[in-house]
Amino acid sequence: MEHLVQFYAIYGSLINFIGLNALLALSLNVTLAAGMLSLGNAAFAALGAYTAGILTVHYHLPFIPAIAAGAILPGLAAVVLGLPVLRLKGVFLAMATLAFGEVVRIAAVNLEITGGAEGLTGIPNVTNVWMIYLALALAAYFVAVLRRSQLGWGLLSIREDETAAACLGIPIFRYKLLAFVIGAMLAGLAGALYAHLNYLITPRDYGFFIAVDLLIYNIVGGTRAWYGPVMGAALLTALPEILRGIGVAAGPIRMGVNGLILLLVILFLPNGLASLINRPRAVTATPEASGQRA
Amino acid sequence: MNLFAQQLINGLFIGSVYGLFAVGYTLVFGVLDILNLAHAAVFTLGGLSALWLAQHAGWSIWIAFPAATMLAGLLGLLLNAVAFAPLRHRSDSQFSGLISSIAMAIVFEALSLGLFGARAVRFPAGTVKVHIWQLGPSVTITSLQVSIVAVVVLLMVALTLFLKRSRAGKAIRAVAENERAALLLGIDVRGIIAFTFFISSALGGAAGILYGLYFDSLGPDMGRSIELKGLAVIILGGMGSIPGAILGGLAFGLSEVLTVAISGTSNLRDAVAFMVLFAILLLRPSGLLGRARMREA
Amino acid sequence: MNLKVDTISQHFGGLQALSSVSFEVAPGAIHGLIGPNGAGKTTLINILSGLYRPSGGRVYYRQKALHRLRPHQIANLGVARTFQNIRLFPSMTCLENVQAAQHLIAGRPLLPQLLRLPAAGKEDRDLEAKARATLGRVGLDGKAAWLAKNLSYGERRRLEIARALAANPTLVLLDEPVAGMRRNEAAQVADLVRALAAGGMTILLIEHNMAFVMALCTMITVLNFGQVITTGRPEEIRSHREVIEAYLGREKSHA
Repeated sequence: MEHLVQFYAIYGSLINFIGLNALLALSLNVTLAAGMLSLGNAAFAALGAYTAGILTVHYHLPFIPAIAAGAILPGLAAVVLGLPVLRLKGVFLAMATLAFGEVVRIAAVNLEITGGAEGLTGIPNVTNVWMIYLALALAAYFVAVLRRSQLGWGLLSIREDETAAACLGIPIFRYKLLAFVIGAMLAGLAGALYAHLNYLITPRDYGFFIAVDLLIYNIVGGTRAWYGPVMGAALLTALPEILRGIGVAAGPIRMGVNGLILLLVILFLPNGLASLINRPRAVTATPEASGQRA
Repeated sequence: MNLFAQQLINGLFIGSVYGLFAVGYTLVFGVLDILNLAHAAVFTLGGLSALWLAQHAGWSIWIAFPAATMLAGLLGLLLNAVAFAPLRHRSDSQFSGLISSIAMAIVFEALSLGLFGARAVRFPAGTVKVHIWQLGPSVTITSLQVSIVAVVVLLMVALTLFLKRSRAGKAIRAVAENERAALLLGIDVRGIIAFTFFISSALGGAAGILYGLYFDSLGPDMGRSIELKGLAVIILGGMGSIPGAILGGLAFGLSEVLTVAISGTSNLRDAVAFMVLFAILLLRPSGLLGRARMREA
Repeated sequence: MNLKVDTISQHFGGLQALSSVSFEVAPGAIHGLIGPNGAGKTTLINILSGLYRPSGGRVYYRQKALHRLRPHQIANLGVARTFQNIRLFPSMTCLENVQAAQHLIAGRPLLPQLLRLPAAGKEDRDLEAKARATLGRVGLDGKAAWLAKNLSYGERRRLEIARALAANPTLVLLDEPVAGMRRNEAAQVADLVRALAAGGMTILLIEHNMAFVMALCTMITVLNFGQVITTGRPEEIRSHREVIEAYLGREKSHA
C-alpha cells in the first residue's frame, strides 16, 4: 500500500493523463467504427471542459451536474455540426471537423467568459484518479457492448460498404449521427474531468495537434476492439516517461525515437498493438477463429 | 485607406507563399489521394537548411536557395520510400498514410531541433539587399517582396509547363487521372509517384525559405503555423488543383490581413478563413476549382 | 400485382439509360431481366433498391410507392438485393456478413445488452443459429469463420445471396447471381432460387447465361437500349423476332 502511494506521488499526473487520453481515444473510436475520420473530438473535449469549468467557476454549480452538462452540450453541438457535415466523406469530413475545431479554439481565445487566451482559471480541483478510471471503465464497457448491439453492427457495416449497408435496411445517416454524438459526449466527459483536474484550461489544451494525437492513439492501438485505443493512449502517453527512464535524454533524440516508434508500429503492426493480444484472424479457415470477434 | 492598400499588398505577398506551400501539398493529394502531413516539416527543414548554407557555409542566397530546395526534394524521396510506398497497397492506406506521414513529421521536426537548435533564428543581415519603394503616402513595397513574388511566379510557370509539356509531367497527370490505366500504358507508376514527392517537397522547401526571408524569422516550429493554413488553402482551391492552390493561397493571405485590418485585432485572424473553409466544404466540397469526382474520395 | 414498374425513365446528363420501362412481376415468380450489355438492367435494379431516384415514372411494391424512398426504407419493405460487382463486407467473416445483414429482423437493443439481461444473450444465440442456417442454404456453412475477402469468386456470389436472404425478404433482386460460377455451382444456385420461389418469395434476376435464364425463369422481360422489347414466358421469348434480332445483332458485332 505504501509503495502504491509512493508510486502515485511520483507518477500521479501521468496516470491521470493516461486515463483521460484513453477516454478521449475511445470517444474517437466510436466515430471511427463507422469509418468516419473526425478531427473534431478535441474540440468537443474543449467544449466539455469549458462548459463544466464555466458552470462551476461562474455559476457555482456542484461538480456532478457540471460534469453532466460538460458531456451533454458537446452532444448537442455534435447534432448541429453533424447534420450538415456528415454527408462529407474521408479527408473532407476530416477537414470540416478540423475547421470546426479551429473555430472553437478561436472562439475560446476571443470570448470573455472563457478567459481569453490566458484561459479559464480558478476551477475547483475535484477530479480524482478513481473518477477518471471509473469513467474510462464504463466507457470501455460501453464501447465493447456497443459492438454487439444493433447500432454497432450497423456502424461496422457502414465502414465496410456504405451502399451495401443501406440496402440491408441500415439507416446510414441516423447511425452516423448517433455515433458522432456518442463520440462527442465521451470527449466532452473527458474534457470536463480534465478541467477539474487542473486549476486552469486554455485554448491550447485541445488544438489541432491533440485532435491528431487521438487519431494516432487509435491507429497505433488498433481500432477494432475497445482495448486498442486504450493501449495506444497508454503507450504513447507514457512513452516520454519510459524513454526518460531508460536514459534517453529529453529533446530531439527523444522526439525522434517517439516518431520512429510510431512509424514502426504503423509499418509492421497494421492492426495496431491490439493485434499482439488478439492474433489477427487467420487468413483462411481455422476452426478456433470462429469464436473470436474483433 | 492607405493602411488598407498596404495590407492588401502584404496579403498578396504572404498569400503567394501560402500558395507555393499548398501547391506541393495538393500535388501529392492529386496523384495519391493521400494527405502528406509531413509537408510542413519539409517546409521547415528547407528554410532552416538554406539559412545554414547562407550563414555557416557562407553561400550566396542565390546558390543556397536552389541547393536547399533540392535537399527538400530529396527529403520527399525519403518520405515516399519510408512512409508511403510500403503502405500503398493496404486497404486503409488513407488512414495509415496519414499516420506514417505524421510519424515522419515528428522525426523531421526532431531532426531540425537537433541540427539547428530550438531558438528562432534569422538570415544574416544583408542576405538579400532590400530596397524600399514608396508607392504613395505610407504605402511601400520592398524589393524582397517583389523577388518573392517573382520566384513564386517563376516556379509556378515552370511547374505548369513541366506538367503540360514534358513526358514526365504528362505521366504524372496520367497517374493522377487513373493509376491502373497509366500502368497499362507502360508508365512506371512507382517512379512517377516518387518523382511527384520530389517535386512536391522541393516546392514545400522553397516556400519555407521564402517564408523565412519574408518574416525574417525561422524556427523548428515554423511549420506548425502553416500546416493548418495549407490544409485550408487546398480545400479552398479544390483538392488536387494547382491553380486552385495558388488562388486559395492568395485568398487566404488576403482574408488574414483584411480581417486584422478591419477588426483591429489579430485574434480573429484565422477565424474568418476557417469559417469560409467550412462554408465551402458544405456548399461546394470540390473547392473553387476542384473537380466533382474528388468529392467521393 | 406484386411489383409494378410503371413508365420508369432514367437519364444521366444527356445519356438516356432507361426510357418508359413498364412491366409487372407476379408474387412467387422467378422473373428474368435480360438484354445486351448497356441495356439498362443494372440501372433498373438500382432504381428498384433506391440507389438511384428515377428521372420519371413510378415503382410500386405491394401497393407501396418505392420511387421516392431511400434504400434502407425499401429494404424495410422486404426488398433485398445482391450486386453485380459484389459488395460484401470484406474484413468480416462469412458468419458476420450474415449477422450484419440481420438488421431488419434483429432487436439487439443496447440497454439490455449493457445490463447483460438473459434475453439479450438468448437473442444473440438465436440470431447466430439462424445466420448459420442461412449460410447452410448456400452451402457455405463450412466456411463460417472465413473472411469474406478470402473466398473464391463463386463463394462470394453465394455469400451475397445468403446476406440478401438473412432478413427474410419477400422480394429478392439478384444481379448476375451465377456470373463466373462453374456449372455445378450454378445449378445449386438455380435449385436454391426454385426453392425460395416455391416458398412464396418473389425473385427478379439479371443474368447473361441464356440457358440458365430459360431453364429457371417463369417470366422474362427483355431490355434493349433502355426500352422493353417484350415480356413473356421463356418459350415466347425464344421465338420473339425482335429479341432474336437484338441478340443476333450483338452476335454479329462480336464476330
